[in-house]
Amino acid sequence: MVDIPAAHGLMLAGILFLLGFIGVLVRRNIIFILLSLEIMLNAVGLAFVVVGSRWGQPDGQIMVLLILSMAAAEVAVGLALVFRMYHGLSTLDADQASQMKG
Amino acid sequence: MSNFLFYIAGIVAVASTLMVVTRLNAVHALLYMIVSLLSVALIFFMLGAPFAAALEVIVYAGAIMVLFVFVIMMLNLSLPAMETERQWVRPAVWIGPAALTVILLGELVWVMAHNGAHSAGFQSIGPRTVSLALFGPYLLGVELASILLLAGLVSAYHLARPETSTTSKGGA
Repeated sequence: MVDIPAAHGLMLAGILFLLGFIGVLVRRNIIFILLSLEIMLNAVGLAFVVVGSRWGQPDGQIMVLLILSMAAAEVAVGLALVFRMYHGLSTLDADQASQMKG
Repeated sequence: MSNFLFYIAGIVAVASTLMVVTRLNAVHALLYMIVSLLSVALIFFMLGAPFAAALEVIVYAGAIMVLFVFVIMMLNLSLPAMETERQWVRPAVWIGPAALTVILLGELVWVMAHNGAHSAGFQSIGPRTVSLALFGPYLLGVELASILLLAGLVSAYHLARPETSTTSKGGA
């Protein structure tokens, strides 16, 4: 067990979240965009655990659980879409898929 | 106490996440991502959340990363992919968003640093407490999560299915 200021844990979560956000903004490869989204979700989970630990309540861990299941569903659908896009456009460039068809 | 362990794990998490965002090769990024997830799981454990730490390792580092590995293997990306990636990630592209985001981070850190000192992680919340809350007040959330996973399963199957020629409307 450690005894750190809750603000330090929240700062770490903020740093991780913004690193993931930079990844989403900067990268054009859609696999890296999905990976950066995972980083952001993970950082939010860290923030929930820190806050739950600060008040000594289990709710933070439950939110991590729900975020985890949401991330699993999101990754499954997202990677299926990546697969579909690579077969349709034969590129992973997210900018190539910016136009609707029909 | 052993507070420095938290800071070491935090530095490892930030460094490996930085490597994830900057790598050109997707597999390298994935390996750094696993390091990042493991260090975050260690932080969960140190903050008194052993159940969340175990799930982080099993589900995130175990299952979700394996999905990424499968897709990268199926797409069969090669060395020319790294060259195109290098052309996509030019300094002129990333400096603007990164600078703006770092400004936001500075504001966030400043606000949290001036918000009083509350300590975290001095008591452990075991799986028993979490489970009692999970199947008590949060029962509806658990059911909704299971429906969400089912919807993800069905839609992933539908999207990744090879195109059949029986219908002519299939929009790709």
